[in-house]
Parts: sequence; C-alpha cells; structure tokens
Amino acid sequence: MPRKLMKGNHAAVYGAALAGCQAYYGYPITPASEIAESAAAIFPKLGRTFLQAESEVAAINMVYGAAGCGLRVMTGSSGPGISLKQEGLSYCAGSALPCVVVDIMRGGPGLGNIGPEQGDYNQVVKGGGHGNFKNIVLAPNSAQEMCDLTMLAFELADKYRNPVFVLTDGVIGQMMEAVELPEPVSELPDKSDWAVGGTADSRHLINSIYLDHDDLEWWNMELAKKYETVEKNEVRFEEYKMEDAEIVAIGYGSASRVLRSAVDLARRKGVRLGMFRPITLFPFPKDQLAALPDRDLKGIITVEMSNGQLVNDVNLALRGRMISDLHMRMGGNVPSALEIVEKVSELYGV
Amino acid sequence: MAQKTVLRKPKGFIDVYKYKPGEEKDRTHYCPGCGHGIIHKLIAEALEDFDIVEKSIVISPVGCSVFAYYYFDTGNLQVAHGRAPAVGTAVSRANPDSVVISYQGDGDLAAIGGNNILQAANRGENMVVVFVNNAIYGMTGGQMAPTTLTGQKTTTTPYGRNPVTDGYPLQMCELISQLTAPVYVTRTSLHDMPGIRKARAAIRKGIQNAMDRKGFSFVEVLSMCPSGWKMEPVQAQDWIRDRMLERFPTGTFRDSSDEAVRIERPVPVMDPEKVKEILGYESLKTSNLKKNPNALFNKVALRVAGFGGQGIMSTGIALANVGMEYGYKVSWLPSYGPEMRGGTANCSVKVQEETIGAAECTEPNMVIAMNQPSLEKFERILVPDGVLMYNSTLIEVEPTRKDLRVYPIPVTGMADALGDTRVQSMVNVGAFAAITGMFDPGEISGLMSSLFGGKSEKVIQLNEEAVRKGYDYVRENFS
Repeated sequence: MPRKLMKGNHAAVYGAALAGCQAYYGYPITPASEIAESAAAIFPKLGRTFLQAESEVAAINMVYGAAGCGLRVMTGSSGPGISLKQEGLSYCAGSALPCVVVDIMRGGPGLGNIGPEQGDYNQVVKGGGHGNFKNIVLAPNSAQEMCDLTMLAFELADKYRNPVFVLTDGVIGQMMEAVELPEPVSELPDKSDWAVGGTADSRHLINSIYLDHDDLEWWNMELAKKYETVEKNEVRFEEYKMEDAEIVAIGYGSASRVLRSAVDLARRKGVRLGMFRPITLFPFPKDQLAALPDRDLKGIITVEMSNGQLVNDVNLALRGRMISDLHMRMGGNVPSALEIVEKVSELYGV
Repeated sequence: MAQKTVLRKPKGFIDVYKYKPGEEKDRTHYCPGCGHGIIHKLIAEALEDFDIVEKSIVISPVGCSVFAYYYFDTGNLQVAHGRAPAVGTAVSRANPDSVVISYQGDGDLAAIGGNNILQAANRGENMVVVFVNNAIYGMTGGQMAPTTLTGQKTTTTPYGRNPVTDGYPLQMCELISQLTAPVYVTRTSLHDMPGIRKARAAIRKGIQNAMDRKGFSFVEVLSMCPSGWKMEPVQAQDWIRDRMLERFPTGTFRDSSDEAVRIERPVPVMDPEKVKEILGYESLKTSNLKKNPNALFNKVALRVAGFGGQGIMSTGIALANVGMEYGYKVSWLPSYGPEMRGGTANCSVKVQEETIGAAECTEPNMVIAMNQPSLEKFERILVPDGVLMYNSTLIEVEPTRKDLRVYPIPVTGMADALGDTRVQSMVNVGAFAAITGMFDPGEISGLMSSLFGGKSEKVIQLNEEAVRKGYDYVRENFS
C-alpha cells in the first residue's frame, strides 16, 4: 500500500479525495488551514471544486448547496468557525443533507488561542445549532485515522443523510505520521431520488420548512428514529490493556494518545491502568461504559482537554453506579503521561 | 373568425401547488397587489419560452418569497436567510449546465446577506439574481429594510427612517456595478405597464446570460408591498413612482453580456485508477529498508530546536521520513501555539517499533540544539545518558549536565562551507545517522528523490553531500 508522511490535516483531505468528495468549500483558520490549503492543491488536479468562501457562514451554505445537488462535499474549520457554521448545519440536518465537516479544535472561549483543546465537544456532539438534530461525530487520534475516518464520514453521511463531523484537536491536525493510502472508492451512492440536478427527473425540493405543527413533529420524530438507528449501528471505540485493568482512563483525540503512554508508564510502576477511547462521540459508546461498574474497578478517570464536557457523557452512561473522576487541561496545554499517572496514584492510592 | 384566447399558467409554474399546505392549492400565498406574483410570472413565462423549465434551479430565500418553491416547476432549494448567493454558487458549480435563479428580497440580500451577494457577484458566479426591492420587511410584519426610504415609517422606524441613526437606503445596483465581474446589472420597476415590460425584458436577459454561461446578472425590481406599506394596491404603485424612483432610479448600470466569455467548469476525475495516478501512488512505494539490530536506539524520542530558518522543522520531517522507510512507526509534532514563545521553534520526533502514544517528547532521549536558548531549554529535560547534539558553530557555552553523551558539531559552518545554509537539516540527518547507527548514509541517498521530490538534480546532490558531511564528521571526531 502506498505510504506517505503527512499531517493529520492533509490526511483528512486525502481521505476526502479518495472518498470521492467532489467539492470543498472553506475559510482559513488556524490550526485547520492546511485542510483548505491541501484541498486547494489537490482538488483542482482532480477536476474537483475548491473554493475559498468569503466567510464560514458562506462556506457551510455552499456545502448545503452542493450537498443538495447530491455531491460529496466537505468543509473544515476550528472552534470559532464552527460556531459560525451552526445555523447552516441545522439547515443541513433539517433538510437531511449529507456532508462532512472537519473541526480541528483550538483554545477558547472567544478568540482563545491556537493551541490544542477539546472545548468544541458540546457544540459539535450535542448538535450546537438550533432545533432537534444531532451530528454523527468521529474522533480520530492519528494521521491514519484522519484519512480513514474522513472516508468513513462520507459513507455515514450518505447512509444516514446527515452531517458528519471529523472532530479532533490541533495536535492531531498538525502532527505528521505515516499514512497508508487506501484505494479510492469506485462507486458513489445513487441520490437521484432526492438530489436536485438541473434535469427533468431531478426537479426535487431541498427544504426544512414544515409549517404544520404535526408535520414538523412527525419530521422530528423521524430524525429521532434515525439517531436511534445510528446509536444501534455505528458505535466505535478502542480499548487498550482493558482486560485486567483495575483503573480505567477515558479520553479521545490527542488526550487518548497521551493515555496510551500513561497506561504503559503506569504498568511499568505496577499499576494496572487501562484505556477506553470512544472513536464515535455520537453515537457515544454508552453500553460499553455502562458495563464498567460490573467489573472490580478501583476507579474511572476521564481525561479531557476541556471543562468537563466529555465526563458528563461518561457519567450519564455510568448511570450513577460509579462516578468518573476528571482530569482536565485547557488553554492549549496537553496533559503529560506522567501527570496522569501521578493523578491516578493520588486518587486511588496506587 | 376571432381566435380563441386561452388563459393558462405558464409551464414554469407547477400546475397544482402541491408543496403548499392547506386547501388553496390553486393560488399563491402572496397578498393582493403584491409584486412577487408579477415577478414570478415573468420568470415562469421565460422558463417556458426558453424551454428551460427542466434544467432550471430556483433558490428560495427567507422573506415573503420563502415559499417560491411552491410555484416553480424546477429544481428547488429553500435556504437560510441571506445565503442564496452562497448556495447558488455551489449549485451552479455542481451543475454547470443548469440555469440557477437566485430570488431574494431586500432584507435577505442587502442586510443579512450583504456580503454573500457582493462576493458571489465579485466571483462572477454563473447565475441570475432577481432582487425584489420593496423597501420593507414584509414577512415579519413591516420592519425597516436596508432599502427603506429616508423618513419612511415602519414598525421599527415608527418616527421615520433617520439617516443619523439608521443610515441611508442602500443602492445595490450602484454598489454591485462597481465590481469587475458582473455582466449585467439593471434596475426596473413594476409601477406601470412600461415598467413591467422592462422588468420582463431584464429578467429574460439575465436568464439568457445564465443559459449561455456568461456569469453574474443582477436584476433589481422595485416592487409593491401594499400590506407592509399599509396602502391600497393602486396607491402602492403610485408610491413607487412618486417616492422610490428618486432614490432608486431605473436603468442599466452595466451590460457587458455581449463581450462575456463562456464560463467553463472542470469535469471531476472519479475513476479510481486515474485518481491514484494523479495522487502519485506510484511514487509512494515503500522501501522497507533493513533496520540495524546494533543501533544505539530502537526507540527515539527526539527534540530538534533552534531559531526559525535553521531547518528545525525540516530536520524533524526528514528523520521521520527516513524512519518510515525503515519500517518504524514515526511521528513529527511541531511546536505551535504557546510553545512558540521565546524565539525558539522546536519539534518532537518519535521513531520506534511499537505504536506511538503521545507525540510530544516530554522526556526526550535525544536533543538536537541549533542555538543557545534551545540548548539551555532542552538540555534540562533529556533523560539520563541521553544524547545531546548541538550546533557548535553558534553555541559557545558547554552543556552543564555531565550525565549526557555530548556531540558538538559545527552544523552551520559545514552547511555554509557547502555554499547553502539551508542544507543544515541534512547535515543534522547525517550526524543523527552516525550517532545512532539507525540509518545508513548510502540508503538515505537513495531516498533523496522522494525527500526532495520535484527539486533539481543539483539540489539533491547538494543535500546528499550534506548528509555525507554530517555523517563523516561524527565518524571522524567521535568514536
């Protein structure tokens, strides 16, 4: 398989190109700009559309237009840009339009800084725009996964006709790793029964208006059913040294990379630490976490680069049978393996 | 015998308005005397006459015309407030042969979507924008629009629009005709029959331009809003004539339709074999070089640090690339954000057999320090017995720790002697190979064309020489 050393941000664009993404609409923002730059370099060579939009708002609405025409389409940004896109995302979800959004999280709130953080968890996982919708959220933690999960994102977007996020932080976006490039997809799904195409048979309507209250409630119920199906079929997670773990650490994105190091370090000191890493944040691996209290555990600790956003979902999944502790870093700081092991030892007396 | 006149809807309209909720599927939702109905009809007739109903796509905005999709028998997208030109941009590019009609009111186009219309116009997107200017927000119940006249009373200007607090009525044709790209910019008015005839001609010209892929056409239509203005329909037409025309004179502000060049859009390459060819899969074959079992390390956690411009990042990337070719797991993480403070740039490189956890080297076993601040900063965090390689051309102080393996190497001096300071990174790579024994300089030379893909033979040779110099220096001076 061909292999290339590349940044996570670049790998996402390769994943998009290989998934048959026909158009990229985006606006520059650190630490996600390489996505737009890479799309600007690659897409025209493939005859695909790249356009630097006048704003984040324009970009997501261009995504809406392209998705409404049945194209595989992507945009990429970081926290402040994602905030601006929320209205458009709500329209995409309300009109059941498949699209892929990459969010390379930076420090916030406000202008914050460009360091790595995970503070967009709530605004992405909880469907930050108005109304009753959810995004499907994939959380890669390596350059390889930036490619692979972006490809998967297009597949899921089409399968469920829903926006799909590739959510990670500045570390994963900026770091380079070897990426094995998969085969490009050879066939795109047929969307002729709903997409607008400028032909006699494609005179469809893309719309999210339901004036009648009963109609809109019906549509919201349909969406809710869809999200239930997603929860049933699409949960993905990774476990590392969980078999004999006496303490479980939970994290995603670059925090999970540090957790892997922390697990190895703890075990060198005789502490049986294990890692549970959600790969899908929606659907959240609730059942797997709900089963943790059945084990003989000394404790559960959630490690996140945000203010307790992930731990809320962890604790909901634990249903009060155990309560996860929290180790949080913010402002662009990444926890170190050593500080996590020290925290574990302090919390659980190991 | 007199010919029988058949009155029927133009074919641009849906026969029965199936998308319209409720019982009244044979009439529009517009108020009596509203201009939208006339403008819709002018468009629908043109679609039939030009035989383009099937290839047309209408963008419905937010405002009274939010339900334009009830009526047009075309492809339809209803979109967010103000974003019709952004959506239309993507629709037009997705379907270059379609005719995109972006239909917008004054609040949608000139207030919340002000930037989107200017930018789509400036890009010369292939679409016709029909801009309905009735100087008021109709749908929300008569609030001030960006085109509301000075002194005009609305529900949010109950004492009349005051330019000191509310600004002046925006003249969109005048603004858009300042741009280079638009091919046709015109203002018409529905206040009398000659005006309606001109509006008909303007809409047809705009649609024709979109059919011919000539670019961006902007057709403003001054239109009645009897409900919003609280007038009878006839009074409303008079009000346009007597009040609006002064601020919004009709006429053509730009017409370069005849000179416009047809816009071509690329055809996407979707064939997997061609995609692989374009992405250069062939050149990304893996080398699978043999690892040296006697190397000093089989697990490197390296920090490279120095001033920007000293090849810090490229040293790290080159080492990660070479490590990858030997079949190691590799990662490279640049310092960015808060780490950039203090004048040093640095990167973390990991090269190892097993899966890499944290990419940042918080406890490196090797440091390459290219300037003095970097030496001082990173010497401290090296593990005991770690390797400290430093640039002795620029660093005059000795390292303070005594538990390290120290390699002072005049990297900058050697690069300068080769005639190009930029080859410092490859001197570093050669020195790294010699110190660790992980890489063979001959094999590194074999990787040069992939490391410097696209560069000239001369550049590649120079960098090969730099690797060799670094390697030999270590071999000759430290054993």
